[in-house]
Amino acid sequence: MAVIRVNQVGKAYKRYPSQWARAREWILRVPSHEKRWVLRDVTFEVAAGTAVGILGANGAGKSTLLKIISGATSPTEGGALVQGRVAALLELGMGFHPEFTGRQNALMAGQLLGLDVTEVEAAMPEVERFADIGDFIDQPLRTYSSGMQMRLAFSVATAVRPDVLIIDEALSVGDAAFQRKCYQRIEAFREEGTTLLFVSHDIEAVKRLCDEAVFLARGRVASQGPVRKVCDAYERALFGGGRVPVSSTPGQSDVAATSGPRHRFDPALAPSCEQRYGSGEVDIEACWLEAIDGEAINVISAGQRLRWCFTVHFIEAVREPIFSMMLKTRDGEAVFGTDSAFLGQSYGVVAAGQKLQVVFEIETHLAPDQYFLNCGVRRENQGESVFMSRRVDAAILQVSGSEKSSAAVGPADLRGQLAVSTLGQSDGQ
Amino acid sequence: MPLMLKALWEYRQFILSSVVREFKGRYRASLLGAFWTVAQPLTLMVIYTVIFGQLMQASLPGHDQTPFAFSIYLCAGVIFWGFHAEVLTRMTSVFMDQSNLMKKTAFPRVCLPAIVTGTALINLVIIFSLYLVFLALIGHWPGAPILAVIPLLILQALLALGLGLLLGTLNVFFRDVGQFVAVILQFWFWLTPIVYTTHIVPDQFLRWLLINPMQPVVAGYQTIFLERSMPAFASLTLPVLVALIALLAGVWVFWRHADELVDEL
Repeated sequence: MAVIRVNQVGKAYKRYPSQWARAREWILRVPSHEKRWVLRDVTFEVAAGTAVGILGANGAGKSTLLKIISGATSPTEGGALVQGRVAALLELGMGFHPEFTGRQNALMAGQLLGLDVTEVEAAMPEVERFADIGDFIDQPLRTYSSGMQMRLAFSVATAVRPDVLIIDEALSVGDAAFQRKCYQRIEAFREEGTTLLFVSHDIEAVKRLCDEAVFLARGRVASQGPVRKVCDAYERALFGGGRVPVSSTPGQSDVAATSGPRHRFDPALAPSCEQRYGSGEVDIEACWLEAIDGEAINVISAGQRLRWCFTVHFIEAVREPIFSMMLKTRDGEAVFGTDSAFLGQSYGVVAAGQKLQVVFEIETHLAPDQYFLNCGVRRENQGESVFMSRRVDAAILQVSGSEKSSAAVGPADLRGQLAVSTLGQSDGQ
Repeated sequence: MPLMLKALWEYRQFILSSVVREFKGRYRASLLGAFWTVAQPLTLMVIYTVIFGQLMQASLPGHDQTPFAFSIYLCAGVIFWGFHAEVLTRMTSVFMDQSNLMKKTAFPRVCLPAIVTGTALINLVIIFSLYLVFLALIGHWPGAPILAVIPLLILQALLALGLGLLLGTLNVFFRDVGQFVAVILQFWFWLTPIVYTTHIVPDQFLRWLLINPMQPVVAGYQTIFLERSMPAFASLTLPVLVALIALLAGVWVFWRHADELVDEL
């Protein structure tokens, strides 16, 4: 049964060339505004107890969508129906008043959440305990840090379990310990049947918390469905710079990535952020990833062998060139890097005009995620290392987990195994 | 309209506690607290009593023997005009003042005018009680006609509410309205016989004065407290009509644009 039904929702803001144009429209009823659509044709349903993540770049319409669902603003077209009591944390706050104390604000916010005075008062000790802001609870809100405001807002919104909980970016300002506390509470609510709508730029948090996701791009649904699939689509768009597929028929957007072949080539994973530089004696003309059978790919199942290939054109003769590669996480952290010198290879003098193909073969014992690859050719001059040609973030590799990855945290899948056995029983004496 | 009333009823607790909180919050960081609620109109009354009542020897025909006649007359006007001005001023800016709340939470927007009216009513009750104490002390208790304050107040509140709803909604879209209201209220105050009496107004201006819907209302209060008799209810036809029109216009404009308000804040 659907608790949230968003049907063909669109939101347009009116834009007038001047205040006089607005006055003309009001008085003479001559339409003189231009509509700016920030949301269009958004349709989805959320079943009771489901957690749905809303993904999208800044300005994609996420916050507007949540405002419409929570009722803070109304859609220009279409409609959103929500059943049950809604608690919404929109953009760090609940409309707190700076001059009133935390307690007064909490009482008021509680009432606006549909609780009556006795319920709010009964919940206050718990709100105070959870927010854990000490004496500040009786200080005016203007003296709060943004983290404290968020603590209070979250505590009030979740003081009594709502049927639908809407959280817009709110958790990002809390410190790590409080965030964990919030996630624990959200997870507990989920088990009791609360439906969750969650906006965050923390894709890992969305994957962990949500069952499904909706990816908005420029106000339209670009992808929706199971959370992994949508997150992949979002990451491709975000890091790959590939064009976002805007589906006109919601719910039938692109086929799940996991159901395809074990490795394949996804053109959307083309990197948009590649940087090339070098002193120019050589040029890396092309670079690509291929499977062991020689097929060009950029999606691979974890653990498979992979070749990182590049062709180098020697414009000048070079003595002892060193070929190097590096594989990095999305955050730019190095996962693995090596070069021909380290591997004990030596190539002597390479004549001008020569073309070489370099192939690094690696095993992808990696957690499912996206990784970036560098390649380079350098030379060493009296201990000084100079890149003659280097391509940074030249390719994106998507590692998919067809078998379950053993990595809970971190980029490496060290194929962890667990064994717990009984060693006998202590009888207490 | 019935929907708005229903929403008001459902959110009555929120409205009530907001009024209380607003009242408490207004003087939070002040030492003398609620005294300031009284101080401003009190100053006004003292100044006018001294200047007009004493220096200018203003006297009211037929009340030469009544002690403090001018003060009684003046306060009746100032107190209830104060309510009118407060509701109008605060209504004009209420949606902007509460923009943070409106942007982040969903609640019937019609609660805000109710909170404004409620807060203004508390202020009125405080200063009006002082006035009654003053009347009792000087032995000029109005007696039964005091009950006529209730219908007059309801009429006055509806007029201010209707105008306030209209102007407050318009002000979100055209910020000129707020400036306009501040200017108009000054004129309106001096075009209402509060500080002066109708007797001193030349005849050719008198009929212009009488198209002011606040004039019969204020005159009503003055009659109750000075003459200690029922006001002429027939004279209230104009204010009743204006209040109804203002209320209809206010509710209509608010109803049509309530959804757009938050997008403009």
